[in-house]
Amino acid sequence: MSLSFQDLILTLHRYWGAQGCVLLQPYDMEMGAGTFHPATVLRALGPDAWRAAYVQPCRRPTDGRYGENPNRLGHYYQYQVVLKPSAYNLQELYLGSLREIGIDPLKHDIRFVEDDWESPTLGAWGLGWEVWCDGMEVTQFTYFQQVGGFECRPVTGELTYGLERLAMYIQGVENVFDLRFNDAGVSYGDVFLENEREGSEYNFEVANTDRLFQAFREAVSECELCIERKLPIPAYEQAIKASHMFNTLQARGVISVAERQAYIGRVRDLAKAACGAWLDRPSPVGEGGSRAAAEG
Amino acid sequence: MADFLLELRSEEIPARMQAKARNDLARLFADCTGEAGLGKGAVDTFSTPRRLVLIARDVAAATEASREEIKGPRTSAPPQALDGFLRKTGLAREQLEEREGVYFAVIERAGRPAADILADTIRRIVADFPWPKSMRWGEGSLRWVRPLHGIVALLDEEIVSVEIDGITSGATTVGHRFHHPGPITIGGASDYIEKLRACHVIVDQEERERLIREGAEAAAAAAGLTLLPDEGLVVENAGLTEWPIPLVGSFDPEFLDVPREVIVLTMRTNQKYFACTNEAGLLAPAFVCVANVAADDGGEAIAHGNARVLAARLADARFFWEQDLKVPLEEQAKKLGGIVFHEKLGTIADKVERVAKLARWLAESGVVRAEPEQAERAARLAKADLVTGMVGEFPELQGVIGGYIAAAQGEPASVADAIRDHYKPEGQGDEVPAAPVTVAVALADKLDSLVGFFQFGEKPTGSKDPFALRRAALGILSLIIDNGLRVSMRDLITAAAHQGGDNAGREIAGFLIERLKVQQREAGVRHDMIDAVVAVETGGDNVRMVRRVQALQEFIETGEGADLLTAYKRAANILKKESWTGPQVMSSRAEQGIPQTGEEDPLVLVEEPGLKEAIAEMASGQAGAELPQEMALIGALDAAERKAAAAVEAEDFTGAMAALALLRGPIDDFFDHVTVNDPDASKRERRLNLLMRFRDAVNDVADFSRIEG
Repeated sequence: MSLSFQDLILTLHRYWGAQGCVLLQPYDMEMGAGTFHPATVLRALGPDAWRAAYVQPCRRPTDGRYGENPNRLGHYYQYQVVLKPSAYNLQELYLGSLREIGIDPLKHDIRFVEDDWESPTLGAWGLGWEVWCDGMEVTQFTYFQQVGGFECRPVTGELTYGLERLAMYIQGVENVFDLRFNDAGVSYGDVFLENEREGSEYNFEVANTDRLFQAFREAVSECELCIERKLPIPAYEQAIKASHMFNTLQARGVISVAERQAYIGRVRDLAKAACGAWLDRPSPVGEGGSRAAAEG
Repeated sequence: MADFLLELRSEEIPARMQAKARNDLARLFADCTGEAGLGKGAVDTFSTPRRLVLIARDVAAATEASREEIKGPRTSAPPQALDGFLRKTGLAREQLEEREGVYFAVIERAGRPAADILADTIRRIVADFPWPKSMRWGEGSLRWVRPLHGIVALLDEEIVSVEIDGITSGATTVGHRFHHPGPITIGGASDYIEKLRACHVIVDQEERERLIREGAEAAAAAAGLTLLPDEGLVVENAGLTEWPIPLVGSFDPEFLDVPREVIVLTMRTNQKYFACTNEAGLLAPAFVCVANVAADDGGEAIAHGNARVLAARLADARFFWEQDLKVPLEEQAKKLGGIVFHEKLGTIADKVERVAKLARWLAESGVVRAEPEQAERAARLAKADLVTGMVGEFPELQGVIGGYIAAAQGEPASVADAIRDHYKPEGQGDEVPAAPVTVAVALADKLDSLVGFFQFGEKPTGSKDPFALRRAALGILSLIIDNGLRVSMRDLITAAAHQGGDNAGREIAGFLIERLKVQQREAGVRHDMIDAVVAVETGGDNVRMVRRVQALQEFIETGEGADLLTAYKRAANILKKESWTGPQVMSSRAEQGIPQTGEEDPLVLVEEPGLKEAIAEMASGQAGAELPQEMALIGALDAAERKAAAAVEAEDFTGAMAALALLRGPIDDFFDHVTVNDPDASKRERRLNLLMRFRDAVNDVADFSRIEG
């Protein structure tokens, strides 16, 4: 029998754990993508080697469909792997993980299709691909070049698996809510269908936009305070918070096209300031993580 | 002579970059070996997703040895001269030769072996390669399009040794990522392509393209369908595969309710699939994808997997489509108030309001023969699809989606078509709408943008044209000219003026004239012809203008026209040289009533009608004319002026040119037989006046002074 949703996660954990990755638990904050996790953004900066893998719940309020669309969710999971420096055989390691979860590349069509990654809110970009399995995008594969406006030296390689899609593919399921969550009769829908319904209603219809705007402004102020006090990690957490408030306001349709850029720019400034503070901190984890070293 | 093989193997190179990369590789190789003076024969380049390959035939074994002799100072010259010469040549005194009291430096260069030059060449290619975007990886500082893994460099069977950022050249590569991941040893350029073929890699992109083109067609035909040819997809799929296998899949026919454009675009853009049609030419519920692997099940699982992905995408598209159909376009249009069109030009709803009024005005004033109600209605709905889910997913389908929805919601065909086509023409060569309602909306939409942006100071500058106003202007001109719309630009600009903006009418008109020149140049019309006509066509009616320009150019290109132009220039030159501004009685001093003395202005301040006639006669150059050539020219001018004026009035510009042609013989005779600068001042004055009358008569038809040549 094919892997259940939770066995898929466990299999990836075992595989990447064996590659020397720190297996982290999800970050306890709302975010739009696994990349936002400090274990990716902050650790991608500076000279120190780092390998981590973790599951991160992602909230994308605009993608919510009240649980009525078989392929779209407002809350879903990404499996995130970061290797710094990016391994010479990163593609091979990645393909090894696919074999591990039951995808044989001689029976399926695995392709690396150009897809450059950019996050305007993080001031980050990288080059890479979306990996296709029989025409379906199952992973985003990126070599980070810049984060928070700073050059990444060495380069971090990032793999982001879309867990639900991958599981649907492996299990041969057409509707995400029909996924086997475990092998004891619990489906993905049993766990998350009601969350999707209520989440969509909240995000699209209920969320109090005045309070969201207020929360955005508060996160901005807190972030600035933390920067002032040279606390990059709490500062970055406030940037994550501001980013999520912005996403929710977008879902409510109260941010005009013209304003949108200004909000993105505001979040980017916070993220950049936090990244700068992270690089500036005196020898943090081990040896010599100064900005000079990162840029030199 | 030897053959050289270079393979630069990397992680997957974006398909869209491969064609340019092949050219750049060939160019860099030619530059480097050319500078070193290394002889070689034909050079071919190839690309796959993972390799850039160059094969050069008949490479010389080495560059030729050379001997150069430089003459230096005399042996008797001061020591400074000798020192300078030694510095220049880099030689010591003992190495110089002495011949007949003069120093000579003899510099001999040994030939450089090809392998040395090729190693340098490889280093330079990797260092200087102009990838549109490149990256670093791991801990290295080398830049390439994606991580570079291997270099095969063989001159015949010998390895050309080079090391770049830890990558050492050799004779080893790998085959297909999944079919033959292990190492392969290459013998040289002679066996490279065949060895890789045996390892499931087709090196030559043209061969892969052919396999895809023919394979996809055959796969569709085997399913009883016809492939919709798409050369862009052929090339892209060839750039994504080393071993292309076209496979047919199908989707649920229920999805065919979704507009065809949406299905084809989903398949092409998102999945890189070819679409197929059935015998009736209708879209078939099938696709052809191109796999990069020969699976043991014949690709069944792959085709099935792709079909599932497509089904999910089409389900998404259908969801949007069904949602979009439920909402009347009028309701959607209300949401446009929340989208900013431009900070100074308001929301899209504001724009729609202006365009609706303008479209209605175009119909009501008779510029476009459209039903005013329909023109306004179409304009009010034209932008509503911007807030639909479908256009959110596929922005390039704006208009098309609105057209479908309008038709489904019971709008008349003329309104639905206008919504669909109102963005047209979107560039030179695009179809120009002809349906009246469409023309009204398309013209109003573009005018509103052009006039508005100019009025608020957002003009195109140099290469910057962020609001595509050049394209809008071309669209306006094409719509007017192709549809023969009789209206002055001034009226159009006034009708489209935004409240609160600057008065930019003159600037906009000038911009349109410039665009007209660009547009007409494509049709072979000279810009100076346009200038000559613009000077006399003050009404700003583009249809008239273009007809007049065409007639003028046809005329100037005849012998008669060219001769008349020569005579015109001669007359104009004489008048300029003499600073002749007309009959002296009309001079400014006379007009200001300043008392004159003597003979120069005998008719100053005359009030008597009889005398006024005499002045007019004088201005016509007629008074006192005596020579037959003068009389003939006067007669010809009388006739030509009358005929030309009538022809211009009737917009018979060919006729106007023909009227000017009447002047050609008489003016030539005049120049042949009449001395303008007669010592008799009155004759001179009379003849200058006559020349001026000739010049002005021509200028009334077109300003010949602006014609070049």
